Amino acid sequence: MRRAEPVSRAVGPSRKGGHLIGTRLSAAIALGKVTASLSRRLQRGGGTTMPGRVARAVEPRVLMLLSQRLRWGSVIVAGTNGKTTTARLLAHIMEAAGRHPVHNRAGANLAAGIASALVEHADLRGRPMGDIGIFEVDEATVPRVVPAVAPRLIVFTNLFRDQLDRYGEIDHIATLWRSAATALPPDVVLVANADDPLVYDAVRDLPGRLVTYGMEDESHARPALEHTAEARYCYRCGTPYEYALTYFGHMGRYRCPTCGVARPAVDVAARDVALAGPDGSALTIAVADGGRAVRVTTVLPGLYNVYNILAAATAALHLGASLAQVEKGLASFAPAFGRAERVKVAGRELVMLLSKNPAGFNEVLRTVLSGGTLPVVLIAINDNIADGRDVSWLWDVDAEMLASRVARVVVTGTRAEDMAVRLLYAGLSEGAIEVEHDYAGALRSALAQADGGPLFVLPTYTAMLALRDVLRQWGAVGRFWEH
Amino acid sequence: MVLTRRARWRGLEVSVTESRVGEAIDPRAADLFFIGGGEDRQQRLASEDLQRTKRGALREAVEDGAVVLAVCGGYQLVGHFYRPAEGEDLPGVGLLDLWTEHPGPGTRRLIGNLVIEVEGMRDPLVGFENHGGRTHVGPGARPLGRVLHGFGNNGEDGWEGAVSRHVYGTYLHGPLLPKNPAFADRLTREALGRHDPGVELPPLPDTLEARARDAMLARTGSPASG
Repeated sequence: MRRAEPVSRAVGPSRKGGHLIGTRLSAAIALGKVTASLSRRLQRGGGTTMPGRVARAVEPRVLMLLSQRLRWGSVIVAGTNGKTTTARLLAHIMEAAGRHPVHNRAGANLAAGIASALVEHADLRGRPMGDIGIFEVDEATVPRVVPAVAPRLIVFTNLFRDQLDRYGEIDHIATLWRSAATALPPDVVLVANADDPLVYDAVRDLPGRLVTYGMEDESHARPALEHTAEARYCYRCGTPYEYALTYFGHMGRYRCPTCGVARPAVDVAARDVALAGPDGSALTIAVADGGRAVRVTTVLPGLYNVYNILAAATAALHLGASLAQVEKGLASFAPAFGRAERVKVAGRELVMLLSKNPAGFNEVLRTVLSGGTLPVVLIAINDNIADGRDVSWLWDVDAEMLASRVARVVVTGTRAEDMAVRLLYAGLSEGAIEVEHDYAGALRSALAQADGGPLFVLPTYTAMLALRDVLRQWGAVGRFWEH
Repeated sequence: MVLTRRARWRGLEVSVTESRVGEAIDPRAADLFFIGGGEDRQQRLASEDLQRTKRGALREAVEDGAVVLAVCGGYQLVGHFYRPAEGEDLPGVGLLDLWTEHPGPGTRRLIGNLVIEVEGMRDPLVGFENHGGRTHVGPGARPLGRVLHGFGNNGEDGWEGAVSRHVYGTYLHGPLLPKNPAFADRLTREALGRHDPGVELPPLPDTLEARARDAMLARTGSPASG
């Protein structure tokens, strides 16, 4: 496989408009930095988006001006699930490869969040304190960020139903991606999950160099499409896809009987995948070109993380990292907050696994239950905008898995009652469901019932932040922006 | 799923048949038909399929007293037609006297929690709505309920849903049946009533269901049980 050569970027202030732009940019950076420090001192959260907003108000082109000064260019990670873990994995591998990544904080993935990261990692003259940008980008924000950042590589992870009330529909996102990418130069590398027909079919004929990844281990195949699967119908012609096998959700070996699009042979594959329940996984990353392969071991659990690992490894290999550096980066990786993060609290271990949509939730359930029956699980469901305000998705979660395998479920969050009803209809008895709205109370109760083993906590996004805040007050974890 | 669970909790036997695109349905094979919603593109597929393979059978079933529950996109398609923001009208199956029009690109979708009061039911129905189309109910059907919180059919006339004979259409999902068990039981009673008029259902505890409904009523500032 031909490696994409690093694109040389202009270093120093833009010549056009010279001094004025430099001054305005400096002012934007200075104000952004002041905002970040103020916002932290005032305990207004991590200041992960306000600095970017302020800087953009002063210099609207701050995103473009700062990103074009990164020596090795920028990378964008887009998709419904796995953005944060994939971007962090990629940054970690690139560090092992001697780069100095600038990346946005988990969840701060709109334009302002990316601008904030760039402002924070620049000095007052606009010189970046890193050499490669690795940004997770909200799937619907891709069209706004791509022209400003001019990425050299884009990773498309997957498209699942998520926050439908925000974006309308999955097809719409796929179409947005296509329109964002049509103007890209031909040397841009597009890394795509070939096992997701919506992703692959949306990007396969775009300008740029397509690099695909996918699973190749039939021992992890499941016989039928789960009911969370949304890609039943071909993105182009509307015919139901035919699946030879699926891995999870609508990921698998598919084919459209009408227009013939099918899962292609991939450039980078995961083979001999060994899942060790919630404790992690091992797999062989095999590169088609040259037949090279490496065995990697990580603490990231579950099949969904195998896809994140593949995405990050494929991108890293096309950014100049070696297989040995990929292996080293993966082996030393610690999960992002809330993504299989392990926390010690009151002498017990707590594992937080973000569960924000049906496909992700199902994979998390499968992973935590693969170790055997559990005395208790804590589920925290919020319906704030960042979680999705419509909680109907809870009914697409295969909560039936829990019925015979956990003794008790503690539910909390603004939609605790909805989750409780879901569990009741999944076959849990009313006595096995404990509704506790107070986050600290729910954590305390669940920890007390965990019986020595680790407590698995499954929160939506803002519920995770709230629970983490409780853990911080207890002294178990630091502030999320320090992570 | 909810209707099935509730029936089985009461010892009733239920069989569920999924009718996919292209498959004909037997009007006598079921007492209750459920039509769900989908994304815009799937809506077009569903409209074509309903016209081609299911329209006659559904009408026949309704004539024969079967219950139909149509939600969201399904609700729009049991009317006369759906007029999208762009493109041609999607014909409906005409089980309910109503039509739906999308007021054009750029207009806001009606999204949020929805609470309605239904005549003859003690508790309000709670759920979530998310629709771009505005539905107008004609004289051949009556609205399902009065909006207490949210937008309803079109965000203007204060009504939500439509009903005629045993055909129910509504934008309420989120989902509709788990948190409104009395409505789920009403559908079941009407479906069983086809063979056994005046059938009584043994009561279920519905404690968690009532808590979920009351939590939503409290959040939206709606009056509790009327």
